[in-house]
Amino acid sequence: MSTLEIIFYALSAFAIVSAIMVLVSKNPIHSVLWLILVFFAISGHYVLLNAQFLAIVNIIVYAGAIMVLFLFVIMLMNVKVDNEPQKKMIIKFIGALSGGSLLLLLVALVKQTTQLEGKQVLMKEGTIGLIHPLGQALFTDYVLPFEISSVLFLSAMVGAVIIGKK
Amino acid sequence: MPIQYYIFLCLTLFSIGVIGVLTRRNAIIVFMCIELMLNAVNLLLVAFSKMYHGAALQLSPTSTAGIDAQIFVFFIMVVAAAEVSVGLAIIVMMFRNTHSVDINFLNRLKN
Repeated sequence: MSTLEIIFYALSAFAIVSAIMVLVSKNPIHSVLWLILVFFAISGHYVLLNAQFLAIVNIIVYAGAIMVLFLFVIMLMNVKVDNEPQKKMIIKFIGALSGGSLLLLLVALVKQTTQLEGKQVLMKEGTIGLIHPLGQALFTDYVLPFEISSVLFLSAMVGAVIIGKK
Repeated sequence: MPIQYYIFLCLTLFSIGVIGVLTRRNAIIVFMCIELMLNAVNLLLVAFSKMYHGAALQLSPTSTAGIDAQIFVFFIMVVAAAEVSVGLAIIVMMFRNTHSVDINFLNRLKN
């Protein structure tokens, strides 16, 4: 087994275990911290795929900004751990069963397809994930969506302030 | 690395997100599970872009095929950040009115 495969399996196991812990944790703050670990594992996968720009943006935007926002809101509300209403056991079981069935169905579907046979993902090579080609594409072909997203941010900011003021 | 491995990993993460949305009642945790699903999709988009790029590199060594998917992931992150700011504001407003973050409170919207 090459080093690349070992890192891939380790990061995948880390991501899946952390994602399960997000669900299992009773305390919402622990859930947020586990979710940050999931994001770090996914950033590791981006580095493995040589998508360096996305790896850094993932850490800065998701693990840095969004999760801090979540932590702020949870600490602001001061929700008690034992105060959280739980769903009935049967509902939980049905939910887990439907999610598991979805996973089973999709995995069976992917296993059946013949178009994906022998397709390899280019690891640790290729330059499209670096800042220079991405920035060039962003400011030439995608400059209009880029500007529109700034308007989206402005409207989201105004919306959040108006909802929060009431 | 075969593309199937990445598909299986992302499907697992996505299904964990779906199970979380279905089984938890805390609105913030439901919201976090949606973020988890978004990230699974992002990872799969990057994996597919690298698959496409690897195939295109064999035809011409200077090809930048597959860069669109990474730009797409960037825009998904932008939209997710905007969505989180508004969504958390709505949850805070809900908490101010009811003093709980129970998702079942939103049942009242149907009346």
